[in-house]
Amino acid sequence: MNFHDRHLLRLRMNGEDHTLSDLDPRVTLLDLLRERLHLTGTKKGCNFGECGACTVHLDGRRVNACMIFAVSADGREVTTIEGLANGDALHPVQQAFIDHDGFQCGFCTPGQVMSAAALIEEGHTGSDAEIREWMSGNLCRCSAYPQIVEAVRAAAGRAAQ
Amino acid sequence: MTPFVYARADSLGETIAAGAAPDSAFLAGGTELLNWLRLGIAEPTRIIDISRLDGLDQIEALPGSGLKIGALTHLNDVAQHALVMRDYPVLSQAILNAASPQLRNLATIGGNLLQKTRCAYFRAEEQLPCNKRELGSGCSALHGINDNHAIFGWTEDCVATQPSDPAVALAALDAVIVTAHRSGGRRIPAAEFHLLPDSRPEADNVLQQGELVTAIELPAPAPRSAYLKVRERESYEYAIVSAAAVLEMDGRTIRRAGLALGSVALRPWRLSAAEERLAGAEIGDREALSAAIEQSFAEARPLSQNAYKVELAKTAALRAIEKAARMPS
Repeated sequence: MNFHDRHLLRLRMNGEDHTLSDLDPRVTLLDLLRERLHLTGTKKGCNFGECGACTVHLDGRRVNACMIFAVSADGREVTTIEGLANGDALHPVQQAFIDHDGFQCGFCTPGQVMSAAALIEEGHTGSDAEIREWMSGNLCRCSAYPQIVEAVRAAAGRAAQ
Repeated sequence: MTPFVYARADSLGETIAAGAAPDSAFLAGGTELLNWLRLGIAEPTRIIDISRLDGLDQIEALPGSGLKIGALTHLNDVAQHALVMRDYPVLSQAILNAASPQLRNLATIGGNLLQKTRCAYFRAEEQLPCNKRELGSGCSALHGINDNHAIFGWTEDCVATQPSDPAVALAALDAVIVTAHRSGGRRIPAAEFHLLPDSRPEADNVLQQGELVTAIELPAPAPRSAYLKVRERESYEYAIVSAAAVLEMDGRTIRRAGLALGSVALRPWRLSAAEERLAGAEIGDREALSAAIEQSFAEARPLSQNAYKVELAKTAALRAIEKAARMPS
């Protein structure tokens, strides 16, 4: 087994291929996004996997970018909040957060939106209780939770209960 | 974070060969290891990324009866697997009550069992006396803030608890943890995997350096099984107390019961005395069920701030039994 302290990393990031060299294996995917790729939409909250502000999609699944060494994501596909919209057309979850006032300060919002977009794909929108449970990995210290649930419900195309 | 070198493992053979070197650590989902590195709980110099090892993320029926779950299967994939949901609801429920959806997409079932205590003294960013952090430094929780600490099996060296939810379900199910090691693998009963602090308070489980959990094996289906988690928030929080119940029933009569508590000791706490007394008891006869559970609490030893957990644990065990009895068989 060949151990190294610097690595070459290939990622497909928001539909574009990136190659990064000389990567320290201690760099997390979150720090790589923010510091090397300057994609600062993904937020660094707790950096311990507790707050969900850094939620991105890795090969289509929602994950905490702070809990992943970037080197271990080699060859995989990452979608961040910057890659969610289709050109100028917002993703339905983004539009729903605006329509339903799903934020106050906005710091947790990119993570909330990425989590909600995945949750709808997963099919966990059967009830408000199910939405709350499956959104529980995203904390909002402004406590916009009722509006966030409304936004997710609307984006999923489900009527209020 | 101290520097380390990294390599991705391609085969199980090279993994266990490389893992035998001191200061090596396996990286699977990473949801524990990265925080250990950040806090200085572990300082490996070589990290072996096992996340892409072939064949360790499958769930398959065992010949005859039972289920084999590859250690690298992500928590969400175990919990939402059709056979796990149908035949082992206690495990599915335990997993879905653990962590957050995002963490469950990263974390693996094998890695989950290796998580360390959530004792705040142990996880403190500024190092405090803790025999799990530095053997011989003492236990800050023994006479400190211990409202959520152990009521069973603790010593003056450590009063912490093991936080894993799935581990409690696996203990009640009599699951087996299968490992690989350079000197050969082992089959370890789930209830004996974690260590109490009486021998080596710094150790968490029976694994040796370089020993890798490769699979979890579940015995015959346990459709009448359930998990109950009591916590301060409704979701995304560690348990104060949890309970896993696995029942075999004849109508309303319990034929056989497996019962384990979580977050009350440094390992899932099997209620063996209660299990014996539960055989023959009727669901609906709460007095008999409570009397049976009581048998296992003679050895409960609450700390200065957590006597409430004794009552909570008894009630959780009772409710878990009743929940299991309501599951479709």
